[in-house]
Amino acid sequence: MEHPLNELGPVVVHQVSYLWLIPLFPAVGAFVNSLFGIRLQRALGKRAVHLIAIGMMALSFAVAVRAFLELYALAPGERFLSQTLWRMLTAGPLSFDLGFALDPLSMMMVLIITFIGTLIHVFSTGYMADEPSYWRFFAYLNLFVFAMLLLVMGDNFALMFFGWEGVGLASYLLISFWYTDVEKAKAGMKAFVVNRFGDFGFILGLFLLFWTLGGVWEPRADVRSLAYHPEIGTSAVAGAANPFFAVGPKASEGEHPVKIGPTLNFRELRDQVVIESTGVAEHLKHQRVWGFALMAVVGILLFVGAMGKSAQIPLYVWLPDAMAGPTPVSALIHAATMVTAGVYMVARLSYLYALSPTAMGWVAAIGGLTAFFAATIGFFQYDIKKVLAYSTVSQLGFMFVGVGVGAFWAGTYHLLTHAFFKACLFLGSGSVILGCHHEQDMRQMGGLKKHMPITAWTYLIACWAIAGFPWASGFYSKDEILWKAFAARDLAFLGHSTPWLGPAIFLLGILTATGTSFYMFRSYYMTFTGRYRGGAGHAEEHDEDPHSAHAAPHHATAAHPQDNVDPNGGHGAAHGKKDDHGHGAHAADAGHGHGHHGGTPHESPLSITAVLVVLAAGSVLASLLGVPAAWTHHEPLLERWLAPSLPAEVRFAEFPHSTEILFQGLGVGAAVVGWFFARLLFKDGRSRVPADLKKRFFGFWTVVYNKYYVDEAYHAVVVRPSLFLARFLFWFDQHVIDWLVNFAAWLGRLVANIDGAIDTYVVDGAVNAVAGITGEAGRALRRIETGRITTYLYGLTLGSLLVVLFNFLFR
Amino acid sequence: MRPFQKLLAWSAGSLAVIAAVVVASAHVAPALAASPGVAKGGPVTLVDVVFWFLAALAVGGAAGVALSRNILYTSLALLFSLLGVAGLYVYLSADFIAVAQVLIYIGGVLVLILFAVMLTNRIGDVNISNASLGWAGGALLMAVVTPLVLLVAIEVPWRVREAPLSATTAALGHALLQRWLLPFELASLILLATLIGAIVIARKELKAD
Amino acid sequence: MANVTLSHFLVVGGLLFALGLFTVLTRRNAVAVLMGVELLLNAANVNLVAFNHYVVGGIAGQTFTLFVIVLAAAEAAVGLAIVLSIFHTFKTIDVRAADLMRE
Repeated sequence: MEHPLNELGPVVVHQVSYLWLIPLFPAVGAFVNSLFGIRLQRALGKRAVHLIAIGMMALSFAVAVRAFLELYALAPGERFLSQTLWRMLTAGPLSFDLGFALDPLSMMMVLIITFIGTLIHVFSTGYMADEPSYWRFFAYLNLFVFAMLLLVMGDNFALMFFGWEGVGLASYLLISFWYTDVEKAKAGMKAFVVNRFGDFGFILGLFLLFWTLGGVWEPRADVRSLAYHPEIGTSAVAGAANPFFAVGPKASEGEHPVKIGPTLNFRELRDQVVIESTGVAEHLKHQRVWGFALMAVVGILLFVGAMGKSAQIPLYVWLPDAMAGPTPVSALIHAATMVTAGVYMVARLSYLYALSPTAMGWVAAIGGLTAFFAATIGFFQYDIKKVLAYSTVSQLGFMFVGVGVGAFWAGTYHLLTHAFFKACLFLGSGSVILGCHHEQDMRQMGGLKKHMPITAWTYLIACWAIAGFPWASGFYSKDEILWKAFAARDLAFLGHSTPWLGPAIFLLGILTATGTSFYMFRSYYMTFTGRYRGGAGHAEEHDEDPHSAHAAPHHATAAHPQDNVDPNGGHGAAHGKKDDHGHGAHAADAGHGHGHHGGTPHESPLSITAVLVVLAAGSVLASLLGVPAAWTHHEPLLERWLAPSLPAEVRFAEFPHSTEILFQGLGVGAAVVGWFFARLLFKDGRSRVPADLKKRFFGFWTVVYNKYYVDEAYHAVVVRPSLFLARFLFWFDQHVIDWLVNFAAWLGRLVANIDGAIDTYVVDGAVNAVAGITGEAGRALRRIETGRITTYLYGLTLGSLLVVLFNFLFR
Repeated sequence: MRPFQKLLAWSAGSLAVIAAVVVASAHVAPALAASPGVAKGGPVTLVDVVFWFLAALAVGGAAGVALSRNILYTSLALLFSLLGVAGLYVYLSADFIAVAQVLIYIGGVLVLILFAVMLTNRIGDVNISNASLGWAGGALLMAVVTPLVLLVAIEVPWRVREAPLSATTAALGHALLQRWLLPFELASLILLATLIGAIVIARKELKAD
Repeated sequence: MANVTLSHFLVVGGLLFALGLFTVLTRRNAVAVLMGVELLLNAANVNLVAFNHYVVGGIAGQTFTLFVIVLAAAEAAVGLAIVLSIFHTFKTIDVRAADLMRE
């Protein structure tokens, strides 16, 4: 578990040649579907489109599994697969390659992405079956997976940032998939813009880090720079074209000497910082910029990016609005993968964060606050997807608490478990929405347990997981986080150590756990128990038809798929709307693949329910990866797996195992409390307490229901001034700049007119004058032509006289 | 004007001209005397007087042609002028020419002119004015030309040879038929052409009137 | 009063020429103009004969003079014929009358 730092050497790299295939396949799928999808769909039907998409995903997963097997076969300290395709850019000290790297952390991410991604693709074939732009959806989904794989597999910041932006793009495209609806389009724009704020912080942090690493080697009296002398063993790279780097001490078995200097490559950065004898870590810890510890600023700026991408306070506002996208999108992007990119980034840079207790404290505090804050909002929402969205924000807060206090593997573990159960929840809600004919308001649902048993069971299992009850994975990950939060001692604020911050966050976490349990079970009870409250006005159109093959859907475990699912598409038992339970045989509705018209909810087709079952199973089975040491006296499997990727050392207070088990019990207790109240207030929809409480505390209820008016605040403080500025600039452009342009045009016209006048009066005047003079001269001279002899004689005489005179005078 | 006043004007005018000439020659005389072109002559003889008379006749007649109002007076003055010239020809040993002058010029041309005058009788009054320039222009011109010509005539040292007077008829005849035969024949041709031409030009148009 | 020399004759000729010129230029009567032309020709004749006598010798000058007389006669004939024709056309022999060539 503990790695004495001076034992750590540089990462041992194994070159392989197939890593590029993992992101390639989804890229090809996106390419084909975007260019030819519409034609394929018309010619061969939707089948062709989704076969390509799912095929590519499956291929990618297969290659990922192969990589995993190879990685697993290596010794723990050597688990690093790398493939560099080519150098993309070199500019002075800055250079990065198109290179992929798989270490245990990114391997885990890749497996999550490809596996859950494939499942969600399968889900989408059922969910989006009625969509005419089927091909576009799958193209975007594949594009998203490609970008996400770039993000996690990129071996340098630049490639990761490409992926970072790419998933932002895909998120935008998918949120506003039904772009003809203005609200949905606006939601997409909101997501993108808020993400940009985050990316700005990310870039700043990156620049600062890069600049820091490029410290000057010689002390220069005239420059106040980050100069330091490298420790023993360093030497300039002989004959290097690059004078920016030195070479650190060689580890005994490493193939690469450690490069010290500004770099974007994760492995090089890790080597520099982690290996103590390079002195980089010590140096970085003591740097200050603008009065603050440099690494704190870097860490916080990078975290701003995570705030945007992973929806923490204050940049979480886009995630609830992102529910405007189709449910598979919400499941894949906004639950399982994209929003976890921030957590991945912090885990990847664990060694950097470990250098700055302030940054870690900041991350943990924000995470904790967000978790609590979002959970409270989730209490009163009626839209099932909004509940899940706030739940996501809250759980992300938990993850950041985990990586913030230094339990990097715990935060990552929670990422893994959350991916499973949140995807299951979202897809379950999708199934519910589909079954209720696109109804999302929980007040219109109820009693769906009878109509949609598989969905109900998988949803219940996922709720169990998220609430943190034992034997579902959420318990293990959440408890690990909270335990480590309590035990954290290394946190600081603005340089001052704050050992109380850890327990404070623990407390917040416990309260949040209660809240989580409460609102999740609230959503379960409102949706699946009681009577079906929705579908008014539709029920009369159709006969109710319980499918005789359906038994009462109570299974002990949902690990097995329903074996009595109708191959026709699985009709849920449709019951009378109000109070008919259990009828005789009814005519079966034929040809209802999905809910489009009809008043009674029904179970979703196999493509949907199978996925739900797999995900629910995963939610349970993932617990095997994180069984705490307190139970088994062994390091949890995942922690051992992830250890090489997370070399940071953080100080925790030591407690006996019994204390840990006690705290686990506390966690479970908190969850039970939440469940109890949820059950009390919402089971079967019979209690009047929620309505009474709402009436009594209506003001408070309104504030929380309106999300504490944060969106309105943003609108007033950020959006309106921006629009005002835009309008002002537009006015400026129209009246000042265009005025200038028009003025220039007017000047031009004026000059042209002057030229015209010159041309008409001066030039033409000259020409005409010549003609005129000639004419006038002619007219004048014509007067010689008097027709009279006398005149001619005069002329004759004068002329001859002149000739004689000239002859005489000038000889 | 009445005849008496006209006569008076004429006399005055002639006297003015003669006086001008005398004055001019008086001015010119010393130069004349000094110029090499003038031979120092002897006393005035009858030859000189007659010469002067003939010269006055010629020039006076010409002056009459130039200045008189009446066309008949003009013709008469021309007659006198031609006579004077003919007399001067004799001085120049051009006897045949003198006679030819009288015969042809006076007997032919002057008669012809008289004919024309008579035939175009409606011009009763003849005045000098010229529409465009008037006699001022003419006088100016003359004032320019006359001194020039006179200057040339007097100042240029002509190479004068001893000039015996002799009869020229025979020589003229010889010349006309030997050396100058072609011009002679051509002259007759010209006369023929003139004859025909004059008739053609002068006849009245009989066709469309 | 010197002996008569070439210059005297030339002077006479010159004066005749000048007066003839004056006549031609200033007279309104076409016939008077022709008379002036005769004067001009006579002046030329006088010059010719004088030079022939005093300078050149031989008979060429006189021959020339003869021809001049002949041509003067011819010209006078034609000229007067033209005057008559003009008289027929314009009913006057004022030189200002025949200005149909005026612009």
